[in-house]
Order: sequence, then structure tokens, then C-alpha cells
Amino acid sequence: MTEDPLAVSTTPTASRNGAATDVVLAVDDLTVGFPSDDGLVQAVRGVSYELRGGEVLGIVGESGSGKSVTSLAVMGLLPGNAQVSGSVRFRGKELLGARESELNSVRGRSVAMIFQDPMTSLNPVYSIGYQIAEAVRAHHNVSKAAALDRATELLELVRIPNPRQRLENYPHEMSGGMRQRVVIAIAMANNPDVIIADEPTTALDVTVQAQIMDSLQLAQQETGAAMVLITHDLGVIAGQADRVMVMYAGKLVEVGTAEDVFYTPRMPYTVGLLGSLPRLDRPSERLTPIEGAPPSVVNMPPGCPFTPRCPLAVAVCEEIEPELAPTTGPGHLAACHRSEELVGASAGDVFDTDVVDTEALAHFVRENEGQS
Amino acid sequence: MHESGSSAAGSEPILSARNLVKHFPIRSTGLIRRQVGTVHAVCDVSFDLGHGETLGLVGESGCGKSTTARLVLNLIEATSGEVLYEGTDLTALSPKKMRELRQDLQIVFQDPYASLDPRMPVNEIVAEPLRIHGRYDRGGRTAVQDLLRTVGLKPEHGNRFPHEFSGGQRQRIGVARALALRPKVLVLDEPVSALDVSIQAGVLNLLDELQAELGLSYLFVSHDLSVVRHIADRIAVMYLGRIVETGTASELFEGPAHPYTQALISAIPLPDPRKQRARERITVVGDVPSPADPPSGCRFRTRCPKFAAELSDAERSRCVDEVPELVDRGQGHPAACHYAERKTLI
Repeated sequence: MTEDPLAVSTTPTASRNGAATDVVLAVDDLTVGFPSDDGLVQAVRGVSYELRGGEVLGIVGESGSGKSVTSLAVMGLLPGNAQVSGSVRFRGKELLGARESELNSVRGRSVAMIFQDPMTSLNPVYSIGYQIAEAVRAHHNVSKAAALDRATELLELVRIPNPRQRLENYPHEMSGGMRQRVVIAIAMANNPDVIIADEPTTALDVTVQAQIMDSLQLAQQETGAAMVLITHDLGVIAGQADRVMVMYAGKLVEVGTAEDVFYTPRMPYTVGLLGSLPRLDRPSERLTPIEGAPPSVVNMPPGCPFTPRCPLAVAVCEEIEPELAPTTGPGHLAACHRSEELVGASAGDVFDTDVVDTEALAHFVRENEGQS
Repeated sequence: MHESGSSAAGSEPILSARNLVKHFPIRSTGLIRRQVGTVHAVCDVSFDLGHGETLGLVGESGCGKSTTARLVLNLIEATSGEVLYEGTDLTALSPKKMRELRQDLQIVFQDPYASLDPRMPVNEIVAEPLRIHGRYDRGGRTAVQDLLRTVGLKPEHGNRFPHEFSGGQRQRIGVARALALRPKVLVLDEPVSALDVSIQAGVLNLLDELQAELGLSYLFVSHDLSVVRHIADRIAVMYLGRIVETGTASELFEGPAHPYTQALISAIPLPDPRKQRARERITVVGDVPSPADPPSGCRFRTRCPKFAAELSDAERSRCVDEVPELVDRGQGHPAACHYAERKTLI
């Protein structure tokens, strides 16, 4: 009984922690394009990163920045028309271009994924007990009863009350938070080495969001897995991530420890993003919106993609796209020609906060005087 | 400037809700559609909105905040209660009188994709309220151009259709339309929830400046406490149809007294790694109960960390039997908890 494959054992965790500097997932120059009528949509353009054992790596970016596509590519879940190049290695084994059967031995077992919307990632016509047991039995040759026992154990771990009874429930009988916890339980089912969580709390209310983040943290500690946490919520990243990568227009524009990125950002986009966030701890600070919108990633012009929105942009920015380069330390990289000028600058120094055309407003008020 | 006192500073409120109640019937499926239950969406909600003030109405989905906003504008009929606008009870007005008053009370909706007619050019969208109220012929064209410029759009883009604009720009069009009739009160129902943060900040700054320039009063409905903290002067926190705590923004965030407010504030992650990791966390368990069958007494007791961990059985029975009134129990602002106690969480 010492080698029970299903037990949430502490030994492998310990050994993994012992080798915490191991790189479990290595992504190198990952590029993803989707052909469209207007040209190639360059969703991901040369993303490289390494994920070490037990580490939490946060990926932030706004809608369309390519953060989700990056992870779908890692999991081999992109649609057939996607043009993927580069390399994704899990513990040294190449996943890009691997046969489906090989991928299946990794996916769900060593690398688990948690999606944003639990209503679509769970199958509505099967009970949740069945679905968790299925995840267990897909990778372990155990009886149905043993798999269901494991399912109960997992539900208990993610703090679902009366887990035994809950096994019979269907997804529609549960609340959004409860469903997301079931998804987390499924992700934990095979003690993965890597958990990829794609906006795991976005669709949920704040109090439930906090519960889910707790469950996720617990799942990570329990399995000793490394985690890639993808979100647009900088607060979630600040609380969870060891390292942070900021994505913009399909590229990494800043990489560093959470402290590097939050306290000494060196890319104007990161500075603007942090400055545009209303904060509970600094309520009276003026927000710094970033004018304009992210560029279309079809037929991208040369140069830095942030140029049209960047208050610091100069001629060189329109011609040469900057590479990620070390800034405050070897682990803190930023892709900006003028990153040195951001030393000590606050968001308010860099970005303009005025938005109203007061002249037009005054004219409007004058013209409408006495009419209402 | 956000901390400027409450509406009670001498002057009359511009808008007040008095004991608003809204019940929605739950009907059986089938031919007869008998009423089989009631959703208690809004229960006994009262508040005042002062001149030039922003009142934030916060809560999670299903707490009744949007229903309250619609009740205030008389867009849906209240089951009981009054809405007083400059002393007039809106719920008792004839449709004709109400229509006149609508010029003063405008709304901006959450989803800028759904709230703009996709087949209307932007000029027409912004001009529509002027036309409806017969004010377009007197300088309507220039008014529309001024409005578009005011919210940061180019007047020459007025012939374009909503789909040609980004989400942030669309929401600005929504704001321009709401301003067209020179309203005094704007109801903003989750105006920035659908937008990315970098875009959201622009709309928030716009609202801020418009208020300063035009002296507007805002009823700002949102689930996002950080946004409300930023923009509101006073805040009312709702849970399952009731206001559980209210006060100025600084009172509420510096010393929240209701366990629900505390849990909400504590659940918002701060975008500051050191602060966020060192914070005291108050977590609630479970999900919001169904508003069709709210718990007796205090509606929050089923999830209340205080009820679960700190109170004795004798104290708990009070939570079960007695609805806590929204009064100041010595915390400096009203909180609907029998055992309200200030906490510092930020």
C-alpha cells in the first residue's frame, strides 16, 4: 500500500521542492498565427519563458494580448488552422508537433488546465462525480469505486461541503463558485506538475473569487505543482505570482518578479496599466488612462506595437521593435527603447490624465443655456 | 474632493429613495402560470443623493443594485415605496409628467455593445433624446458636435456606426447621449465593467470631470469596490436586496463595521505584492442564498464569519429572529448588524 497511485502523497511534493530550480516547462520562441481573410492574425509573436517547479508565474495583459492563446498552444488545444512554431518542452520532452497519443499522456496528467468558464468546461450531461472519476481513470488503471473515492477526497480538498452527496450533482445544480472548485478538483486529480489557470476567477463575484483563489493556492500547495496564472486582474497577480510577465499585442513586453514589475516597472505600458487601476489603498490618486486601443494584430507595422498609445514614443519606436532587455537586474526584462527614462517616474508623470474637451463642453453649456 | 461631506450638509437631497420594495413573481411553467413564489429583489431601501454628489451602490450579482437603479428612474414599477426627485414622488406621476422629468434623469448602461442601436449613426444616437423632447431644431446639430468633442470623440466621426468604435469609445457615446438633455442626475449602471482597465480609467476620469464642470449628481452602481472607492463620495453596500452599510467613502473603507462589507473589502486584491501578502483576510463561505427564499432575521447570517465563529448561541438567536436595522451603533455611520464593530483592513 505504500505506492498508492491515487493518494495525495506528500513525498513527491517534498522531492519536487527539493529540486525547486528544475525547469518543468520551457517555452521557446513560440509563435502562433491564424490565417484570416485579411491576412495572418499574429496572435503570439515569439514568446519565451521558463517555468520552474513549484513556481507561480503570472501572465497579465488585456483582451487580445495573446495570453490565452499562448497557453492553449502549450496544451496543444488550438484549432487545426493555427500555425504554431517554436518549441514547448515539458521536462525536456517536446510537446509541439507531438502525436496526439503522446500529448494525451501529458495533458490532464502532468499539465492540467483550468478555464475561465466552468459552465463550458464541465459537461452538462454527466454528474460531477463521473467527470472527476473520468479524469482519474483516464490516467490510472483503478476501479470505478476507487476513482469515486478519490473524487470525494478531491471535493473535500477544495472545500465542497458534503462531498459524497455532491458527487451525484450535475453542473447546473451548482453555483458558479462551486463549479469552478469542481474544475480545480479535476485539475488536481492526477497530481500534475503544472497547472495552467486561464482567468480562473473572472466570471465570479469578489467574495467567491477570494474563495477560489484560496482553493487554487491550496491545490498548488497540495500537489506541489507549478502554476501559470493568466489574468487581467493585477490584484490577483500581486497576491499570488512569484514572477510576472506582461503581454501586449502578442509579445512579452515586461518580465520580472512581482516586486520588480509592480514597484519598478520599466515599460510604459506596464506603468500605464498600473496607473489606470483605481486602488483601495490610494483612492484619491488620479487615474492615468492609456489613450487609444491595442493595435490589430493583422499585418502589424514594424516598430514597437505600443507606439501609437505611448507618450514617450520617438522616431526609433516606429522603426525598430525593441527586444526584451535586462533593466534593474538580470531577471527583470523590458522591451522598450526608453526604459531607462522610466526610472523614478510615476504614471502621472508619463501619461496625461485630462480627458474632457472643456472648450467644447463650455460651448455646449452656453448654447443650451435657458433651454431646459 | 471626493471626501466632501454627506448630502446632509444643509441642502435638500436632489433625489431620495424612501422604503423602496420590489418583488418579482415567480410563475409556474404551464398554461396557467400560477404564481408560486416571490423574488425579494429590493427590500426597504432608502437613500439620499445630494446635489453634485456621487453615491455608490455596491454589491455582488443579485443583490438588487441594478433593480434599485431602475426603480429610481421609474423604469420598472416599485411594489411599494417612494422616489422623490426635488420633492416630487416619481412613482405617483402620470406617464406624461414622468416623460418631462426624464430630461433631468438619465441613465448610462453597462454594455456599450447592447445599449447603442447598431443601425444608427452616432450623430443620430446622440441627437435622439433631443428630437424626442423637441429640442433638436434649436441648435441640435452643434450640440451633438459639442457633445462628441466633450467626451473625446471627433465630430467628423459622427456619421460612423457604433461597430466602428472600440468599447471605450462606445461607452463615451453612451455618456454623450445621456448628457444631451442637460440632466441633473445620471444613473450609471456598471458603466465601466465591460471595459479593459486602461480604457476604464479614461471613462472614469471623464465622468469625474463632467461632474465637476456640470454639477451633476451620480448614482453609480457597480460591483467593483475599487472603482466605487475612487469615484464615490458616499457609498451604500447592498446584500440580498437590503442596504447593509452606508457612509462616506472614507468612513466605509477605513472602518467598515458590517461583516459583509469587511469581507468584500478584504476580498479585493490590492495591486501591491507586499501589502497584499501581508493583509488580514476575512473570508466568507458559500454563495449568496436565493432571493426567492431569503434567510430570516439578518440575511447575511448564513455566510457571516462573525456569526459562525465569534457569537454565542444566545447572540446568534438575535441574528436569526430579528432583522437588524440600518442604524449607527456607535461606529460613526449606519450598519445593519446587531454586532457591528469597526475594523481596519487596508
